[in-house]
This record gives sequence, structure tokens and C-alpha cells, in this order.
Amino acid sequence: MPNSRIKVPESAAAGESIEIRAMIMHPMENGFNFDSQGTTIPVHIITDFVCTYDGAEIVRVQLQPGLSANPYFSFYLTVTRSGSVDFKWTDQDGTVTTNSAQLQVT
Amino acid sequence: MTDRADNRRALSRRSAMLRIGGGVLLSLVVLPGAAADEDAAAAIKQLYGEREPTAGRISLQLPALAESGNSVPLTITVDSPMSATDRVLRASVFANRNPRPLIATVLFGPKYGTPTFGTNIRLSGTQDVIAVAEMSDHSLWSAQVRVLVTVGACDALQLRY
Repeated sequence: MPNSRIKVPESAAAGESIEIRAMIMHPMENGFNFDSQGTTIPVHIITDFVCTYDGAEIVRVQLQPGLSANPYFSFYLTVTRSGSVDFKWTDQDGTVTTNSAQLQVT
Repeated sequence: MTDRADNRRALSRRSAMLRIGGGVLLSLVVLPGAAADEDAAAAIKQLYGEREPTAGRISLQLPALAESGNSVPLTITVDSPMSATDRVLRASVFANRNPRPLIATVLFGPKYGTPTFGTNIRLSGTQDVIAVAEMSDHSLWSAQVRVLVTVGACDALQLRY
């Protein structure tokens, strides 16, 4: 399972819009690179990223090979109540990487 | 028979070098499969149908000059109140000279905060980056920014192979 890094503030006030950052270690092979033998490396990408919080999807990204290696996202969510912010990345082979953080409402 | 023999003799060192050089040049040009403006337009049409986007309500923040096309920071900001009735549903980013014009599609949920989204993209060379946003009233808005790329995401391999 690839390494992932997330940044969620530990606490926030209700109604506030907070920045969330998420990154996953992944080569995002675009199918135009060659290995040392000169053969094409096939496309190998993460196809889907979802962030859920308080029972709803905050953001869903449909990734294409045009995104950089180690895809990074920065987005905002509106704070409603304390709970976990869950992250899920899905590979083209179906490999799922998850991560989550607790958000405390003050 | 004699004609063919003459031709073979006529293939001097200079013309052979020219042919090899031409072949190498041709393969360099053809390799990455450069896209045209129509490809980006077709990709937009495939996602959003026949509707034409209007310029405005979405902005793109990109560096004017990117040294490497492998990772270009991109931020899209949508001009939307993000209320229950008026919010942005989805946004897509396209690059009109990339081999695959569509870069990513972002679907915004109802609890999304400030309508700003940031990521890093690949660019194959100097080109226009286009962002299209769809609002909850299904209106389409777009923005276009030109980025100068010194070394594209596909250029490095051309030099090596």
C-alpha cells in the first residue's frame, strides 16, 4: 500500500472553512516513459480520490495521467461537527489506500 | 540493373547522413503525439456535451513560466457563494497541447468550503491551460491561461532516446 500524507487541522470552529491537504506516493506512469531496456512503461495511475466527512463526500477527483507523480490536492471543507475526515485513493488495479484524521469542533 | 547500381553508388556519405538525420528528426517530432486545439475542444464536448462555456466565474492560478513541465502548481478558484442552492458541481482542467488533453475532473460535494482547489499538473510544452466549471444551475464557465514551459513533461525522453 503506498504511503500517503494528509494535513487536517486538529480543531476548528463550526461553520469555518478549513484547508485540507492530501498527497500519496505514486509514480502516476503516463505511458510515455521508457525503462532501462527501452521498453515502454505501461500506464499506471490512481484513478479516483475521495474525501468524506460527516457522512458526505467533500470532494471527489477523477485523476488522469496528466497529473504529476505523487498527486497532491488542496481543498476546503466546511466544519459542521467533530468526527473523522476519511481519505480514499483507488488505483487502476483496484488497490485502495485509506487514511483518516480526527477533527475536533471547538 | 545498371540504373539500380548507379543509384547505389549515388548514395554518398553526405546523403546517407542527411537521411539518417532526417529520420531521427522525424521520429523526434512524431513521438509524443502532439495534440491540437480541436482535441481539447473534443475533450470538453465529451464531458459537458454540446453546451458552450462562457468566459468568467472561474480563475486559474499558474506560474507564467514553468521550468519543468513535470510538476506545475495549479490552483482553480470558482466565483460561487457555495450555498445549498447556488454552488459549483464540478470543474475540469484541460491542456490543449498535451497528448491527453483532459488532466483531471473535480466533483465538489455539498459541504465543500471555499471554492478553491489546488494540485500539480504535467504539461508537455508551452500551451494554454483551460478550466471549465459547471454550476448547480448547469451553466458552464471557463478560463484560459498561457503557460511557458522550458522543458516539457515529454521532452526529457526525446533527448535520451
